[in-house]
Amino acid sequence: MTDIRAHLDALPGVDPRAPLLEVRDLHVEFRTRDGVARAVNGVDLRLNPGETLAVLGESGCGKSVTAQAIMGILDTPPGHVTRGEVRYRGVDLLRLPEADRRKVRANRIAMVFQDALSALNPVYTVGFQLAEQFRMHRGMSRKDAKQRAVELLDQVRIPDARRRVDDYPHQFSGGMRQRVMIAMALALDPEVLIADEPTTALDVTVQAQIMNLLAELQQQRGMGLMLITHDMGVVATVADRIAVMYAGKVVEEAPVHDIYARPAHAYTQALLESIPRLDLKGRPLNVIRGLPPALTDIPSGCAFHPRCTYAREICRLEPPPAYRIAPQRIASCHFVREVLGV
Amino acid sequence: MSDYNAVSTVEAPGKSRTLAGDAWLDLRSRKVFWIAAVLVVVILVMAFWPSLFTSVDPRDCLLARKHAGASGGALFGYDFQGCDVYAKTVYGARDSIVVSVSATLVAGLIGLVVGLLAGYFGGWLDALLSRFVDVMLAIPFLLGAIVLAKRLSADPQSNGIVAVIVTLGVLGWTTAARVMRSAVIEAKNQDYVTAARMLGASPARLMLRHILPNAFGPFIVVLTVLLGINIAGEATLSYLGVGLKGDAISWGLAIAEAGPYARTAAGPLVWPSVFLAATVLAFIMLGDAVRDAFDPKLR
Amino acid sequence: MFRYIVRRLLQMVLTFFGATFIVYALMFANVDDPLQALAGDRPITDSQRAVLEARYHLDDGFFTQYWHYVSGLLTGDFGQSLTGRPISEMLAQAWPVTVRLALFAIVIAAVIAVGAGVLSGIRRGGAFDTATLVLTLLVLAMPIVVLAPLAQLVFGIQLGWFPPTATRDANLYELLLPALVLGTLVVATELRVTRTSVAENLRADYVRTARAKGLAPKRVIGVHVLRNSLIPVITLIGVDIGALMSGAVVTEGVFNIPGVGFNLLRGIRTEDGPLVVGFVSVLVIVFLVINLIVDLLYAALDPRIRYE
Repeated sequence: MTDIRAHLDALPGVDPRAPLLEVRDLHVEFRTRDGVARAVNGVDLRLNPGETLAVLGESGCGKSVTAQAIMGILDTPPGHVTRGEVRYRGVDLLRLPEADRRKVRANRIAMVFQDALSALNPVYTVGFQLAEQFRMHRGMSRKDAKQRAVELLDQVRIPDARRRVDDYPHQFSGGMRQRVMIAMALALDPEVLIADEPTTALDVTVQAQIMNLLAELQQQRGMGLMLITHDMGVVATVADRIAVMYAGKVVEEAPVHDIYARPAHAYTQALLESIPRLDLKGRPLNVIRGLPPALTDIPSGCAFHPRCTYAREICRLEPPPAYRIAPQRIASCHFVREVLGV
Repeated sequence: MSDYNAVSTVEAPGKSRTLAGDAWLDLRSRKVFWIAAVLVVVILVMAFWPSLFTSVDPRDCLLARKHAGASGGALFGYDFQGCDVYAKTVYGARDSIVVSVSATLVAGLIGLVVGLLAGYFGGWLDALLSRFVDVMLAIPFLLGAIVLAKRLSADPQSNGIVAVIVTLGVLGWTTAARVMRSAVIEAKNQDYVTAARMLGASPARLMLRHILPNAFGPFIVVLTVLLGINIAGEATLSYLGVGLKGDAISWGLAIAEAGPYARTAAGPLVWPSVFLAATVLAFIMLGDAVRDAFDPKLR
Repeated sequence: MFRYIVRRLLQMVLTFFGATFIVYALMFANVDDPLQALAGDRPITDSQRAVLEARYHLDDGFFTQYWHYVSGLLTGDFGQSLTGRPISEMLAQAWPVTVRLALFAIVIAAVIAVGAGVLSGIRRGGAFDTATLVLTLLVLAMPIVVLAPLAQLVFGIQLGWFPPTATRDANLYELLLPALVLGTLVVATELRVTRTSVAENLRADYVRTARAKGLAPKRVIGVHVLRNSLIPVITLIGVDIGALMSGAVVTEGVFNIPGVGFNLLRGIRTEDGPLVVGFVSVLVIVFLVINLIVDLLYAALDPRIRYE
């Protein structure tokens, strides 16, 4: 088990002081028959050990594509990373040979997917799918690997793990299946866990259980957790920092409390105002007008301007620069001051 | 993936078009469709006006010319009975097309009725008809056809055309019925059909106005493919000796007759084979193209 | 699994009676002189008539006749051919070579279909894929009555690569050409289904998971995609057996292989009705049993069916 770690640590350029995960100026496009869809247009992100970063946005904003680009599991073609860097401890993963990159996956950076029913292979037992990683990455025997699989199921609190290890995915309930998914991601003790809408497919009561489990495991292991979601409620309870994405860009980044207290980007503000609140009962809800833009045809300037209540001529003409409004706060909006109300 | 899908399903607003209209627009841009269409037209012309292609009477045979090679008059030479192979091959298109088109219509009609009844009324009728289809499918097609065709063609006077049509029609409707049934069930559960039913539309009106037009696409596809299958089926039955006979001219029959003499004269075997394969190919390609046009998901 | 097997067995019993009834009805329902229908144009001698009447219980009602026929099938009494030979004896002689031929054809077809289908599915739209698609189209367009005589003419007679005929104890080399011909009957559909299935499964979420687990592409395809893709192909092989049986009649006829199909073809040509009905009945039963086995295999491959 140590030799792969050693091999990864020996990757040229590994710098123990560098951030755990850093994404710089990432661009991803999908080349389809109907044209080029620019799904990600210059994303910057950073994740530290033990930290939870929530990536928030509507569907189609490029958050899942960003995660797939970090993992290196984009469907290519049609998906292509056209520019940018994904640095794990200082090493740019995009420049690594595929064989090395494969070793980073699951060993260092692992991922939990949204719909565990389709994300697990229907024709193999969960035990086989868990044990597979130990056999392929650690060279364990079938027997030892299965023993580890049982232990993992136990860790994610699946009752009667010894028996259930031989069950197939469709025999588990939705919540239990997502636990299996989490166990699979944690199998090789990764330092970064990317969870792509891990609770969206679940019942509300089960959602909380899964989020608590994730938070707990993260703290035990000191992992960096990148939580991709469109659910503002989930974010508030577990995240340390939030990155809000719109049309393939991070438009605002801030510690979680700051954002809820005083959003700095018009889009963030509109998002928060569209959440139903008990204290505003009886008043009409502020919904964001219009639809998210088609990625084949992103509006000029600030991509949000057609739906924005602050928008003026400049928003259509020039993309807003990233304003650093506080030590850990960045917002890309021409009217940062007006939105903040200063 | 979700992001990517969201992009590709965005459609430009346009005039509302019918399914068939869309399919036609799509078909027009397909090379395979045009190749198949040209082939089919040539075969149809050959079937209806064989005299455009040859002035020779295919039944004018002279034993003296047995296995004579190609000459000015006879492009492909003569067969073991001294018949003109080219003329016989050209005339072979007629019975082949007549048999397969008729058999397809028979099968289509049975399939339409069975599928509509089973799909629309459901319940015990559906269970009964579906079981019956399962049982039919448990009999390998050609084996059932051999038994039935053998019995129907018992009359030594007939040329077997009606017998083969009935055989292929009676045994070949199962796929059509299945496709019809599932299309009807799908259409029946659409909200607008439920709405029409609540407004008091009669079953007959519902079927004709609302359900059939929707089931039309897949049904046409099945029938096109069935045309090709029936052409091959006729040839096979004729080859085996339970198909066309007497004064009928069939590619299958010609192949069977030429087989034993292939060592001395290959032409009488090769040419009907080529025409037969080209005809089946044309209908299969047509079926492929039509299917792709009607069901963009399958591309 | 147990319930699945029981249900499937019950279904098979029902289908057995249904299918044999249809075969029987196709031959005998509504015929003035069933014996003459059996014999076709051939005159029947009085002794033959007596044997046939005893066999088919022609004085009874249609359903009773059918019952006698079915109980005969179930006890292994398939009747006699018009030549007086018991059909069970003819079958016993003919089976081995047909089974070898069919198995050979299935193996050839499956290897080509799965191999090329996976390659095509992975690189959909590539040169290999396009070439295979065109080839399968051509193969699909070749009825067996075209393929078998032409293959014999070109490869057996003119080029002389293979023996143009085969005997009862034919070795694999002698059976290769007929098996290839027979295999082409099903290879195109199997290949296309494999290709579509692989292409679809490659886009499945669980493939992304497998890649996220850091598995090598070989393992992702060979273990995760392949098993899922083979499920529809396996079911197809059950249906294909029916096509192979039909194809064997022509193929064995052309290559003079004295198997089941050859005997059946001779039965047709000599207007030997009892032989035809007997052979067809047995083939239908074999087809049913094979499909049962294929369905069980299907359940073994797909746990979702097993635990239904």
